[in-house]
Amino acid sequence: MSEPLTPEASTAAPTAPRRKRTNLRARLRGWAPYLFISPFFVIFLVFGLFPLLFSVYLSFHRWEPAAGLSAMNWVGFENYVYIVLNDDWFHKSLYNTGWMAIVSGLPQHLVALPLAFFLHTAFGRWRNTVTGIYFLPFITSSVAISLVFSTLFSRDFGVVNASIAQLAQLPVFSWFLPEQNIDWGQPQYTKWMISFVVFWRYVGWNTVLYLSAMQTIPKDLFEAATMDGATRWQQFRHVVLPLLRPMIFFAVTLTIIGNLQLFEEPFILTGGTGGIDQAGKTAAMHMYATAFVDGDFGTASAVAWLLFMLIAVVTWLNNKLLGQKEDKA
Amino acid sequence: MSTIALPTPRRGHSKGIHPSQIVAYAIVLAGAVLMLAPFYFMFIFATHSDREILSLPPPVWFGDHFDDNLKLLLERLPHWWHNLGWSVYVALAVTAANLLLCSLAGYAFAMFEFRYKKQLFLFVMGTMLLPSFVGMIPTALIMSWLGWMNEPKALIVPAACGALGIFMMRQYIASAIPRDLLDAARIDGCSEFGIYVRIVLPLIGPALGTLGLVTFIASWNNFMGPLIVMRDMEMYTVPLALRSLQGTGQTPWGAICAGSSIAVLPLLVMFALASRRLIEGLTAGAVKA
Repeated sequence: MSEPLTPEASTAAPTAPRRKRTNLRARLRGWAPYLFISPFFVIFLVFGLFPLLFSVYLSFHRWEPAAGLSAMNWVGFENYVYIVLNDDWFHKSLYNTGWMAIVSGLPQHLVALPLAFFLHTAFGRWRNTVTGIYFLPFITSSVAISLVFSTLFSRDFGVVNASIAQLAQLPVFSWFLPEQNIDWGQPQYTKWMISFVVFWRYVGWNTVLYLSAMQTIPKDLFEAATMDGATRWQQFRHVVLPLLRPMIFFAVTLTIIGNLQLFEEPFILTGGTGGIDQAGKTAAMHMYATAFVDGDFGTASAVAWLLFMLIAVVTWLNNKLLGQKEDKA
Repeated sequence: MSTIALPTPRRGHSKGIHPSQIVAYAIVLAGAVLMLAPFYFMFIFATHSDREILSLPPPVWFGDHFDDNLKLLLERLPHWWHNLGWSVYVALAVTAANLLLCSLAGYAFAMFEFRYKKQLFLFVMGTMLLPSFVGMIPTALIMSWLGWMNEPKALIVPAACGALGIFMMRQYIASAIPRDLLDAARIDGCSEFGIYVRIVLPLIGPALGTLGLVTFIASWNNFMGPLIVMRDMEMYTVPLALRSLQGTGQTPWGAICAGSSIAVLPLLVMFALASRRLIEGLTAGAVKA
């Protein structure tokens, strides 16, 4: 560390005060990197780690925040046991979360993969523009866009229903499209609506991830495959998919983690309530309501950690299913 | 690359587009329309009265009621311009803090050798794995203990330095700045902070731009943060203010779309100007391998 300093120190006349200053400087040099990285650690300890630890502590207590810190009652695992065994709203919100995680998440990848391949192999100089259009929903405010969607999904006059009615007049679509306007606020439709918005927001993000992974595949591989007479589908199946497996694993993991914490889109689309019969209430929304509507911070913290554990388990399972093949190959 | 022109094997239509591809193009373009449609209707509806929006078929071109919608928006959200101001203020402060602190930390991780460097860096990266919602409840408590409720600093300080920013900066500095340059400056007697200000900062402009865009957008869109720390409508940021249009009384569709347009427009402009850079920044962590 102090090596670059030696020439300076030796060429300069080694008078006593000078040397002292150099030593001080040299010592400061040694501390400089720690000084430079310290803001992150200070912020993280105060606003990241401490809240987490405190939330673990809270989850073992029954507590009315208005009564002050002294009013905390240690209850052990009571919060957890109650939630797991008896909290029907938690069960329901967990079911909703899982349902929407799959219905919005799976299509994201089933669409993004072929889309990325097509964008990669075709479109020429329009590629970036088209990619950008698909990516656009990802950067926009989820609140603003969810509010707009709740306009588009209104029952009698919404653009979505109007479009469905138009499509239903075409021969093929009329087989499966409803004749009546759909009331998207009804419990059986709420989750579909939310899932669609989530799909819309994140499909472009996944496409960009896959596209950037495809761009790292050497061109020679495609050329070799083409010369061997491989069709596009065969190229996709036998060249792209195997090479993309790490990225698929990564992107699916991100989707799982994100979808299990779903909050903003369902919160706005159901007006913060979860919708009729709580059909669109997610686990994160349940946690928010338990803490900030019911004022039960202990139970809410337990909900948060149960959800965290669930995410950890699902991520681990995903790793077993998708990640391990990587090692074998 | 082969220089010999090979005959295209078994491809009838070697020139132009293969018929099967036309279908694919059509689907992709239809998808693009689907991606843009909500934005389009948002802008269109912002210029129509609620009665027009709720007619069949819905309007598909601009009307002339934007003024009325804005007036209605201000009626329902009397602090709208304040809200907008707070959003700008918070986003700029968070961005400035991140540019400074992340580049400093990135510089240290890229250019210095020090004890526990590897472990510390792994720790920084590891913090990205922690889900934000778990800290939501205690964060609200901490803010109220600190007396930061309703204060913009409750949004600025916790977001002032993030792992992704440090990672981006480290990668860029390590690849863009030769160590010899820094050693030369050291021999000339420049202090470490002086080196950072005079040599590192001027050289990492592009990375700062990308990180700035990404950070600004994340802060601008932040909803959960303000939701738990901002109590008075006057202190709301834009997403929170927009959300309060919901509920009680008749839903003001036109005003919602006008407000949403105002909230989204800056992002669309940024995206139009720097989409490439933005996408790179946002996927930086993902494509590192």
